[in-house]
Amino acid sequence: MTADDGFDETLFELALRMGDNALILGQRVSAWCGHAPVLEEDIAMANVGLDLIGQTKLWLGLAGEIEGKGRSADDLAFLRADRAFRNCLLVEQPNVDYAHTLMRQYLFDAWHLPMLTALKQSAEPRVAEIAEKSAKEAAYHLERSSDLVIRLGDGSVESHERMQAALNALWPFTGEFVAPDDVDKAAASRGLGPDLSAIAERYNETTAAVLRDATLSAPADAPVRKGGKEGLHSEHLGYLLSEMQWLQRSHPGAQW
Amino acid sequence: MSREWPLWEVFIRGQHGLSHRHVGSLHAPDAEMAINNARDVYTRRNEGVSIWVVKADDITASSPGDKEPLFEPSNSKVYRHPTFFDIPDEVGQM
Amino acid sequence: MYAQEVKSTGKAVKSLEEMTPEERVFQTRIDADIKIEPKDWMPEGYRKTLVRQISQHAHSEIVGQLPEGNWITRAPTLDRKAILLAKVQDEAGHGLYLYCAAETLGVSRDQMTEQLLAGKAKYSSIFNYPTLTWADIGAIGWLVDGAAIMNQVPLQRCSYGPYSRAMIRICKEESFHQRQGYDIMMKLVKGTPEQKAMAQDALNRWWQPSLMMFGPPDADSIHSAQSMAWGIKQNSNDELRQKFVDQTVPQATYLGLTVPDPDLKWNEEKGGYDFGEIDWNEFFEVLKGNGPCNKERMEARRKAWDDGAWFRDGLMAHAEKRAARKIAAE
Repeated sequence: MTADDGFDETLFELALRMGDNALILGQRVSAWCGHAPVLEEDIAMANVGLDLIGQTKLWLGLAGEIEGKGRSADDLAFLRADRAFRNCLLVEQPNVDYAHTLMRQYLFDAWHLPMLTALKQSAEPRVAEIAEKSAKEAAYHLERSSDLVIRLGDGSVESHERMQAALNALWPFTGEFVAPDDVDKAAASRGLGPDLSAIAERYNETTAAVLRDATLSAPADAPVRKGGKEGLHSEHLGYLLSEMQWLQRSHPGAQW
Repeated sequence: MSREWPLWEVFIRGQHGLSHRHVGSLHAPDAEMAINNARDVYTRRNEGVSIWVVKADDITASSPGDKEPLFEPSNSKVYRHPTFFDIPDEVGQM
Repeated sequence: MYAQEVKSTGKAVKSLEEMTPEERVFQTRIDADIKIEPKDWMPEGYRKTLVRQISQHAHSEIVGQLPEGNWITRAPTLDRKAILLAKVQDEAGHGLYLYCAAETLGVSRDQMTEQLLAGKAKYSSIFNYPTLTWADIGAIGWLVDGAAIMNQVPLQRCSYGPYSRAMIRICKEESFHQRQGYDIMMKLVKGTPEQKAMAQDALNRWWQPSLMMFGPPDADSIHSAQSMAWGIKQNSNDELRQKFVDQTVPQATYLGLTVPDPDLKWNEEKGGYDFGEIDWNEFFEVLKGNGPCNKERMEARRKAWDDGAWFRDGLMAHAEKRAARKIAAE
């Protein structure tokens, strides 16, 4: 939808959604740095966090550009209220333990890669360009997280139980990624973004194969939990934002 | 209960076609994970590099007592070293 | 420094005449700047001293992730967040390289970790101080990394090959750490009055602990002589401390900040600064475990290790299953 003043709301929403998913998940995983189960994993998870923060800068930078009100990526990240965030509920779910963290990562990556791959064909060249760069990183994230989900699902009794518990808790949040709303439909009709039903198909295929290899089963008939794309979040987001935005907000206008 | 992840030696060949070079070590439960970890730890994921991993236990090293017999023969073939040949400066880079 | 209290043999350095033939060959190699490698003969004291020093250094990197890691989720901009995350990640990498170097001396990483968690191993006193404001992240990069680099650059020439090579890699990767800290400080002193006050407060709190990083005064440092003869240590504690003060004071002046030391004064004759007494009681108390954050740091490390046990074991179990399946298939 392009308003009279030239503001392209659909494109703005698309960029915000991509950026907020990367930002909130990046914030979550970077909290592990220094606390991961083993040094090699500490380093690997920080790489994922770094990629996501880098992608955030690109997407939110684009969103600010489309909006045309002079808001920078930092302004959008640090000075927006929770109802204005557009990430899916999955990424704001707390770290809980390393099983939840890895499962959340996998369930996100399995959507992120096909989504970015499709966005490489976007009619908007700035979107295609960011997708091109991010897809390479997402491919590695997916390779890593699916490998770990398989290994830990089919590992020890305890690792299996923990991964299954994480899957039970997080699976209901996956539907939101692939359930199209008005913004998704408008984006698809203009060739800005993909038809989400095609992404859904890929998503279901890849997760089914990985979960089978991991000897895990997704809960049947779990109700889909959604709302984040429209700014209706879980209670967790407020706490995350309080921590993340606190310094900026307590020194209005200061440069860092 | 806890068994320590084995130690792996990591060798990397960069983009410029030089031989694999030992860059360091790390711990991993098996070879595939050692490769993944090496990508994260030692290349920070540079693309276009080739990684070898070898279990540290599987490496046979020359023992110090053997040093002389093993290295003596090549030390006597000093002509294998470029500095053996005195090239006049006027010839330029060689 | 990162290894502030390395007990060596505690004995006087032997002269060449007093040495056994093996020791003499060993010492001659060190004196000729030939690196000692894992399989070479070495005196037991050399091996033990190195294990202690390298593992203390490694523990310091890992514990050192914690005070700065505190601020990753609170960093004020996306760039600052990414830079800090990359830096704390580097520290994990440096710990990893150092543990590997120590492992070549016959001690495993898990053993070293258990020693740390059991309170039997030391790490640098500096990481037992709290990071209270964002300016502390600047001060740590500027002062703590500055002090660390001063110590680590000469360690690249350490006589033990694996340690020396680890230090070369670490120094290369670490070159941006001090600069990012100073950059944070520059932004703060040019900012609002609150930001500038934050910067001064951080300098006030981190100055003395940074000077303590170099370890006790040479006069009280009983282990230095042997470590220097072995090429494990290149410079004395006081020498490096003086160098650090001389380098850092003008940097503080450039920032418009005041070094919290009324006795600080340029000494034309020695070509360096005179500075006030350091509170060594505080230093030894912190080393003993009575610093402001010793308890929290150890708890955080222990929690990471204990909570991660199922992950390490689960992956090991999978690797064994996979190996068994492969054999069965053959």
